[in-house]
Amino acid sequence: MTRICRAMLMVTALIVAAPAMVPMMTVSAMQPPPQSEFVPVEDVPPGEQIPAFTMLGTAYGFVWVALLVYVWSIARRLQKVEAELADLESRRK
Amino acid sequence: MTKLNPLFIGLSAVMLGMAPWVINAAPYESTMGLVQKVFYFHFPSAILFLVAALICGVASAIFLFGKKPRADGWAIAAAELGLLFGTLTLVTGPLWARKAWGVWWVWDPRLTSSLLLWMIFSAYLLLRRYGGPGSDKLGAGMALFGMANVPFIYVSVNVWRTLHPQTSVVPTLPTEMGIPLWFCFAAFTMVFVTLLNLRARLEHQRARIEALYLAEDEA
Repeated sequence: MTRICRAMLMVTALIVAAPAMVPMMTVSAMQPPPQSEFVPVEDVPPGEQIPAFTMLGTAYGFVWVALLVYVWSIARRLQKVEAELADLESRRK
Repeated sequence: MTKLNPLFIGLSAVMLGMAPWVINAAPYESTMGLVQKVFYFHFPSAILFLVAALICGVASAIFLFGKKPRADGWAIAAAELGLLFGTLTLVTGPLWARKAWGVWWVWDPRLTSSLLLWMIFSAYLLLRRYGGPGSDKLGAGMALFGMANVPFIYVSVNVWRTLHPQTSVVPTLPTEMGIPLWFCFAAFTMVFVTLLNLRARLEHQRARIEALYLAEDEA
């Protein structure tokens, strides 16, 4: 009796859940497939250039600034440490 | 390596300076147009982000199991560069995505696992800075977890459904896009090697200072 009850409950749950799963499956099927290759073209579509240029400029600008700041930070820390090391070594002599 | 530093610094500066002209000469991509050119800085940053995690993990394993304290200096250097190149990847990626996908961020496996690795590097560096005695071994263990994340990040775009381009994009690139990409990759790699060497040198000099202070205290 218990087994029959469980089986009936499972079937009922499946029937109830099935309509809810249909939109999920549809959404998943509607997703575009991932891009597997880049195809080059000669000209960028008109009207697309200005916003893309802002994004591109910000991305490249950020990379340049981050690299320069890091180089400056390493140079400053290295100078400080080497001065301290030279001072310690001269004290030991 | 110290003697090679000026050569590497000069070459990387020249190549990075030439990069905008090389990228400008590359063709536009058919569906994304101009914004796809973020790729020429995004891809090298992302690969070097993963390379930094591998170097940090291997150096930490050598420090933990081989008992070589010098390896710890390389691990810290790689972790700091991992954080830097990870930041470049996680900033340039959303700038590209906003135009190409219409959103800054999606919680897909590639982006989420990359963010997780960036957070592991941040936690590692905070631990090394403020963790006190014993943080070197704890940090080394954490770096091994970071390294374990690398293959997962790499294959995630091929295994799970995602908006991010797959790994097949790079091997199938046409020559006119491949040349600027590998030029930028070479420039970024040289910057990475130079910075890694300088940062490791800083850590090794700090270790020498510590040893000298200890010797002074004992005397």
